[in-house]
Amino acid sequence: MNDLWQAFFKAISLVVTLDDKLLEIVFLSLRLSLSAVGIALLIALPFGAVLALTKFPGRRILIVIINVFMGLPPVVVGLFVYLLLSRSGPFGVFGLLFTPSAMIIAQVILVVPIVTAITRQVLEELHHEYDELLRSLDVPWYRKVTALVWDARFSLSTAALAGFGRAISEVGAVMIVGGNIDHLTRVMTTAIALEARKGDLVMALALGLVLLAVALGINLFAYSITETVKRRHQ
Amino acid sequence: MIKYPSILPLKIESLNYEAGGKQLIKNISCEFNQGKRYLLLGPNGAGKTLLLRLCHGLLKPKSGKVMWSLDKDVKPKHHQAMVTQRPVMLRRSAYANIDYALSVRGVDKAQRPDMINAVIQRTGLTRVAHKLATVLSLGEQQRLAIARAWVLKPQVLFMDEPTASLDPPATHSIEELIHEISAEGTTVIMTCHDLGQAKRLATDVLFMFRGRIKEMSSADAFFTGPQNDLAQAFLDGQLIWWKRRPDKDDVQI
Amino acid sequence: MINRFVFRALSLASVLVLGGYGSTLYADETKSEITLASTTSTQNSGLFDYLLPLFKEQTGIEVHVVAVGTGAALKLARNGDADVLMVHHKTSEETFVSEGYGVERFDVMYNDFVLVGPDNDPSGVKETETIVDALGEIKAKQAIFLSRGDDSGTNKRELELWKANGDNPKTASGSWYRETGSGMGATLNTAVAMQGYTLSDRATWISYKNKQNMEILFEGDERLFNQYGVIVVNPEKFPHVKEEAAKIFVNWLLSEEGQSTIASYKVSGQQLFIPDAK
Repeated sequence: MNDLWQAFFKAISLVVTLDDKLLEIVFLSLRLSLSAVGIALLIALPFGAVLALTKFPGRRILIVIINVFMGLPPVVVGLFVYLLLSRSGPFGVFGLLFTPSAMIIAQVILVVPIVTAITRQVLEELHHEYDELLRSLDVPWYRKVTALVWDARFSLSTAALAGFGRAISEVGAVMIVGGNIDHLTRVMTTAIALEARKGDLVMALALGLVLLAVALGINLFAYSITETVKRRHQ
Repeated sequence: MIKYPSILPLKIESLNYEAGGKQLIKNISCEFNQGKRYLLLGPNGAGKTLLLRLCHGLLKPKSGKVMWSLDKDVKPKHHQAMVTQRPVMLRRSAYANIDYALSVRGVDKAQRPDMINAVIQRTGLTRVAHKLATVLSLGEQQRLAIARAWVLKPQVLFMDEPTASLDPPATHSIEELIHEISAEGTTVIMTCHDLGQAKRLATDVLFMFRGRIKEMSSADAFFTGPQNDLAQAFLDGQLIWWKRRPDKDDVQI
Repeated sequence: MINRFVFRALSLASVLVLGGYGSTLYADETKSEITLASTTSTQNSGLFDYLLPLFKEQTGIEVHVVAVGTGAALKLARNGDADVLMVHHKTSEETFVSEGYGVERFDVMYNDFVLVGPDNDPSGVKETETIVDALGEIKAKQAIFLSRGDDSGTNKRELELWKANGDNPKTASGSWYRETGSGMGATLNTAVAMQGYTLSDRATWISYKNKQNMEILFEGDERLFNQYGVIVVNPEKFPHVKEEAAKIFVNWLLSEEGQSTIASYKVSGQQLFIPDAK
């Protein structure tokens, strides 16, 4: 219990004193995970929409595969991206290994299945609900898609948050492809792993609490936006 | 009132529809003319809703034709609207629901507010105009569905049991709206189960039974003395359900 | 409206951010940054946090440390994913060079391994003469022993020490001999929790903060000598290796100044590494 309290106070003092090093890794974590989620959305929203709204051979198999990929261990993704980006790998010439870009790529791979799966689920259900009306109004397909995405935006923002949660809390993949390099690729999770390895459990836990606080902040921010928008209608 | 060339009369020719290996609409032919209020009557399973959906183009017939009076510049679908028994509400405000229908039809953004406000007022939705449509009461939702259809000034309005799940005051307000819409020249084709409502609304009645039209006549003629025995039984409240008999197409009462 | 704006801003920002990283990568290929594949022991001890800022101040070269086990570090370098290698398993390092992956190997510093365990010393290793005997006692008493099990330099050394007795503890893996498959710090954490013995390098042990009732129970055997070597990855094999900057770094480590800097690094008043460049 003593260690838990110490960690708690340490976390508070880190935040209150605006520890430079802490700020650096918090900002890097946020920058990477938000970038990864942004890119993943660009891929997963259209992909999920296609899966939800069209029928083509192999669609069911694809849905099952995506659901399986949601449970993909980050370490496996890390190794996969490592082998791709390694100097000896197919994309080695770009020299991306041990850079933030490599970490974003790994996180995008982790996030896309989650966002795709939720997007598909949400849009399919909403489409089922709207279908008759949209057909009655003779709505062209592209306006159908925009209407569905727009009206599902609150559920889709949950998908984005789920993706963000996976990205920012993940350690296995970014450790491998980022290398946990100080001032370059050290993020909150790899810093926590490092402190734990050094046996500084209090510091590790304190960083964990800061991570929790950051995630809480992001979620509160998103929640307050959706609530403000929703409240306008009540 | 109607600026475009009329898409009416609507001619139905030898229409057949099948689902799950069962023939549900059997060789129907009929005609709908402008300005009338058609009531489709008949017991459950007669095929009233199917016929409505086939006419509106939501279902594809197995054979036969749904023919609008075509003009090369007019898309018939854009001059029809449909209100279903359980209204489909977009997850937006009541106002935005109506706005969406107008925007899909390509109505200029500047013109929309006046049109929307007018129809909101006429359907008595002013108080809830900016509430989320999905949280409105069922009666309000149905009025909103009608407003959303009405604002498009359709030549034909299809309604599938619009008052089936409403209480008497809500039903009354919907009936008033139907009269108003009809008074503007819109042709109404609707189904219902309530004979009282049919008498109050119909100018013409189609009596359906097991996928066929058994009688089509003016409301007066139908309610005073239907030609068809089944229709008479229906009016007398005796045709409540029917039993499928594999060897015979028609059924004994 | 707000959401639409946020979505757009987010996607735009993300593209810019990723693009930004891409462009900085090509900014200065030759000098400013090198990647050093090294071991967790050097990183966890804090040595690099002490050395590298000084080095950067003098040369402007930024050293990116990727700290993994010796085995993994060698593998990274074999894939061409590092410019410089600094590990502690001499025979593996020599193979690395003889196979053409490295240019030349230099001794840079040493410390030693220590056997740590709970202070009540259930196997009585304190009384033994040699490290080989100490391990023999652990085996005889079937006391819990935590092995790295990760092909690291420490792990390789540990297995060599068992072998000197003709033992193969892996046959007991899962019972009293437990392989964590983790870094030194994580293995120490496990040893603390299980009240078991483990072999650690001295630097990691001294800077390790979760010791509780654990202490050094055996040390000083010459077989526990732990030599660190440094190697520049062969630019003939991997043309992208930043040879010039890598050489500057290695030369600095081997220089009088680098060596004295290593010697001056202390944790809790104890020197962690002893420089021994020739």
